[in-house]
Amino acid sequence: MPPEMDGNSSTYGLEGKGAALRGPEGASRRYGRDWAWWQDKLVASVVFVGGVSAIVFVLGIFAFVTREGLGFILHTMDVREFFGSIAWRPTSLIRPTYGALALIVGTAFVTGLAMVFSVPFSLGAAIFIGEFAKGRVRETLKILVELLAAVPSVVWGFIGMTVMNEFLIRTFGVPVGLNAMNAGLILGLMAAPIMTTIAEDALKAVPDGYREAAEAMGATRWQVVWRVVLPAAKNGLLGAVLLGVGRAFGETMAVLMASGHSIHLPTSPFDSVRALTATIAAELGETAVGSDHYRALFTLGILLFVVTFFINLAADLVVRGVRGGR
Amino acid sequence: MFEATPLNRRNARVELVVKLLFLLMTVVLVLPVLTILSILLVKGTPALSWEFLTTMPEKGMTAGGILPPLLGTVWLVAGSVVATVPLGVAAAIYLSEYAPDNWFTRIINLAIVNLAGVPSIVHALFGLGAFVLFFGFGTSILAASLTLGVMNLPVVIVATREALQSVPRAFREACWSLGATRWQTIREVVLPNSFSGILTGVILTVSRAAGETAPIMFTGAVFYSPFLPQGIFDETMAMALHLFVIATQVPGVPEAVPFAVALVLITMVLAMNALAIALRVHLRGKKKW
Repeated sequence: MPPEMDGNSSTYGLEGKGAALRGPEGASRRYGRDWAWWQDKLVASVVFVGGVSAIVFVLGIFAFVTREGLGFILHTMDVREFFGSIAWRPTSLIRPTYGALALIVGTAFVTGLAMVFSVPFSLGAAIFIGEFAKGRVRETLKILVELLAAVPSVVWGFIGMTVMNEFLIRTFGVPVGLNAMNAGLILGLMAAPIMTTIAEDALKAVPDGYREAAEAMGATRWQVVWRVVLPAAKNGLLGAVLLGVGRAFGETMAVLMASGHSIHLPTSPFDSVRALTATIAAELGETAVGSDHYRALFTLGILLFVVTFFINLAADLVVRGVRGGR
Repeated sequence: MFEATPLNRRNARVELVVKLLFLLMTVVLVLPVLTILSILLVKGTPALSWEFLTTMPEKGMTAGGILPPLLGTVWLVAGSVVATVPLGVAAAIYLSEYAPDNWFTRIINLAIVNLAGVPSIVHALFGLGAFVLFFGFGTSILAASLTLGVMNLPVVIVATREALQSVPRAFREACWSLGATRWQTIREVVLPNSFSGILTGVILTVSRAAGETAPIMFTGAVFYSPFLPQGIFDETMAMALHLFVIATQVPGVPEAVPFAVALVLITMVLAMNALAIALRVHLRGKKKW
């Protein structure tokens, strides 16, 4: 028996709880190292490279964005100005300033509005689809949610500029409809499918035994959902909301087109705001490679990457919590 | 027999109200898709014609057709699929069939989740820094396709892994017990039985790649080009960016034209999704296990 061959003697791994299934190594042990054995090892290494590529790309994204932005962080950036000033004037000839506060606040404000609109409806829809709807209704609603997710962000932005713009002007009597409210509504709709889908998964992960036990004691469907299913699924639901936040936070084209894109601290939802993502998209095309402005935009990119990284990490840890620590 | 007590009746009322409330919430959420589609149809159809789809833009994009962006999107999507699918399927095979349950596999999974969550504009920055500048591809279809490919990698991996894992374990065990290696089992049993599922994932990738704007903005798609792309090192126009450009950057475009472009774009995307859904429904009906 070749010692390098997976010292695990349980060939068929009936006790296995591994990520992949325990394989047939015992069988190849019997026949020795023929061509099929070598072929198997070769494929194993090739697909391993595929698996590792995900890690490589995440690190690569961080490395390449940092590589372009680092010069700004080390030499030009004034941390107090970057996080404390709203003066984003990268093209000023006299003295360019890079205060990102208004952009950070703009992104946070729009994301917050989006969540206010989107979280109740997404969770409500998840509960309806997961717990109340049946058969064809359920399938149809799921397909519609999936189609909602498929609408490209530039089309959402275009809808924001045209339909939503008119709607806001008419409904609220504001002079301009391109504002935080517009972007918030659009982002809310864009973040809804992912929240609905993940939340429904979280509800589905609650064992049926819980529901049956509650129903056996005479609880109505709603009592079962409210008192048993929702408490049991709360981590998964939190994870769903976090992923929605991440989605809204990183959205680019729709925010660029719908938010009005003017730099100031918003005092009402009907103020025009500017987001971090939109700033990069709007300005990068006009900068010279290697200039301070160019590097400053990459620094905004680093900020976006780091924040979404932690949002996703948090979502993953929270969701994993429900599934028995796996 | 049982008589409905006031409590029963109250419970039934609450039940009904709650159910209607959640139904209403769901409808509010999905209604916009139908609204958007109908608005685009009503406002975009007048500008739509065969000439619109097959001629070059004229007069600074205020007249003429959308042939270059349409072809450009086909180039970009094809490029990104060629780049992503082999890598994504390999990764999924590794995770589903080979990966042991250890910390390293957990890190790979975490990386996939995070890769899926990276904002599209950060992918654009990565594409610019890595493919355009560092590897020297310039702003080209190649660089833009690779950027889209990296962005879509998690979609392919997750969809393929799900398809592979829906093949029952007993199928593999039966094959192993005949003396087959892991790879022989994957090739002869697992892949044939999960092919449609993988195809569904690939179609969804196509749909997503066709609609993305930010990642291609600085890596290969241009606002306007008088030529059709001839190869992977050319710049190109693209549908999604074209919609952004004529909606925000070009004055004097007739009102119906951006609606028509949006309509064509969303039709391409939703047709792909409809195909994927149909395939999945068909698959579920056919499944013998």
